[in-house]
Amino acid sequence: MITFDGVTKRYPDGTVAVDELSLEAPTGEITVLVGPSGCGKTTSLRMINRMIDPSAGRILLDGADVTTVDPPTLRRGIGYVIQQAGLFPHRKIVDNVATVPYLLGWDRKKARSRAMDLLELVGLDPGLAGRYPFQLSGGQQQRVGVARALAADPPVLLMDEPFSAVDPIVRASLQDELLRLQAELNKTIVFVTHDIDEAVKLGDRVAVLRVGGRLAQLAAPAELLAEPADDFVREFLGRDRGIRRLSFIPADGLSLRTDLVVPVSADVSSVRGTAEAWLAVVDAEGGPLGWIAPKDLPDSGGTLAEVPAAPYGTFVRGRDSLRAALDATLLSPSGNALAVDGSGRVEGVVTREALGEALTRIAEDARG
Amino acid sequence: MNFLIDFFGDPANWSGPDGIPLRFAEHLQYTGLSLLIAALIAVPLGLWIGHTGRGALAVVLSANAARALPTLGLLVLIVLLMGVGSDAPVLIPLVALAVPPILVNTYEGIRGVDPDLRDAAYGMGLRGGQVLGRVLVPVALPLILLGLRTAAIQVVATATVAAYVGLGGLGRYIIDGLATQKYPLTVGGAVLVALLALAVQGLFTLIQRVCVSPGVSGRQKTR
Repeated sequence: MITFDGVTKRYPDGTVAVDELSLEAPTGEITVLVGPSGCGKTTSLRMINRMIDPSAGRILLDGADVTTVDPPTLRRGIGYVIQQAGLFPHRKIVDNVATVPYLLGWDRKKARSRAMDLLELVGLDPGLAGRYPFQLSGGQQQRVGVARALAADPPVLLMDEPFSAVDPIVRASLQDELLRLQAELNKTIVFVTHDIDEAVKLGDRVAVLRVGGRLAQLAAPAELLAEPADDFVREFLGRDRGIRRLSFIPADGLSLRTDLVVPVSADVSSVRGTAEAWLAVVDAEGGPLGWIAPKDLPDSGGTLAEVPAAPYGTFVRGRDSLRAALDATLLSPSGNALAVDGSGRVEGVVTREALGEALTRIAEDARG
Repeated sequence: MNFLIDFFGDPANWSGPDGIPLRFAEHLQYTGLSLLIAALIAVPLGLWIGHTGRGALAVVLSANAARALPTLGLLVLIVLLMGVGSDAPVLIPLVALAVPPILVNTYEGIRGVDPDLRDAAYGMGLRGGQVLGRVLVPVALPLILLGLRTAAIQVVATATVAAYVGLGGLGRYIIDGLATQKYPLTVGGAVLVALLALAVQGLFTLIQRVCVSPGVSGRQKTR
């Protein structure tokens, strides 16, 4: 656990970068520091590994004041990832990753084999090991930066806007990769970003800082979106707070209707008389094919396979959020969503009435 | 062209105390020794200033002022003060000539390294000396070598002044040839100096190839 205890950073010219900051970054969780430029988020991060020393207050790493440890020794035990990756241009990728193990005196063979494992862990082709940094794309360099930070298996990882210099698609995949890694490794991560969406996506807890280095709010993302502490936080969170909040509410509480699902092998005549406005058609394996409207069915024989089906949206019931369920309803003309299991088989239909009830409950909870 | 044939074709020019091999060796000795001394002074100083940022302005200003020193004038002054008992009178002005380009390029090379890279190096837990030796020097090496090469070529060309004060080197041919109107001697000496300068250039290209990481020079490694 990392503890900020009344930490202040004041520069000789009188500027206060961080003002009486107190917060905790719990072990095994991702704590995101987010805020506009000038809010002291990077300064706060850099005080953890003593790239900067505080003017007042203490920073404790598992209870021990970091200023009691000599900076290089401290830093070798803390993973550090920066914006432009900061790879050493004159060293091959494998040696870049092995930087800290070399410093810790591991033998070359062991350090390199560890580096190779890490390249694989962060999703890089081991064939890149012998390349130099300039031969890699920005996204690949950033992955190497993460691998380098993890090389000596430090319990703590500091990440200073690591994904802000890559394009949005690469950024999203790096974020997913980080969440996957974290599920596996359970590091104590402090992550700095100016992007609130990134903060909300990655953080177990999000600390919103305001200009002048004061803590505005520290909360889990769902709570932050539901109950911003003040106007500054509300404004910083931006638009669509309500919709974005749905991302944090699991969809497994939605009630399902299985009677609206029909197999594609059914006869047209057997469903034409149904009172329901829409029915979901599934194939022999239970995979979704689309929606049909019984009242529009042709007056002919044959099976549903011969009838064109309308488009549909699905969400994974045990995994996705209410936001995904809402999205799925908006993708089909029926206004209903198809709930599928992990392997894509339809479990049932969530009607817009069922979704509406769930949304109403959330709204009521929010009101208190 | 005939001058060259006269000069290089004369067997008398290839032996004895006035022969090409000996003059060549003398020239190399002045050059090599003054470069070595200059590098021993300027490289560590440039590294230190570039790394710590201390005294940068003063040193760069005085290095540039030193470039304005007339080598020949300095040489004559030193001979007047010290006499001509040794090689020292010619070494001092040559060292003074070689120090500024080495110093300025070394300093600029280290200072010019991307601050993010320096930051990352400290952040990984490298100590100050390790940051300099393992990161800054390898990355700045092309500029440091450029300074050494510039200095070396200037010194090779300027070492001819040794002959003015009665010392040896390839300058002897040029000065003596002018004095006695034996122009083949002058032209031959000048050509030898030019060839030596080219050889120095080639040598540094080779050193650069071997010492600078392909990751820094951007050369694609073919495997």
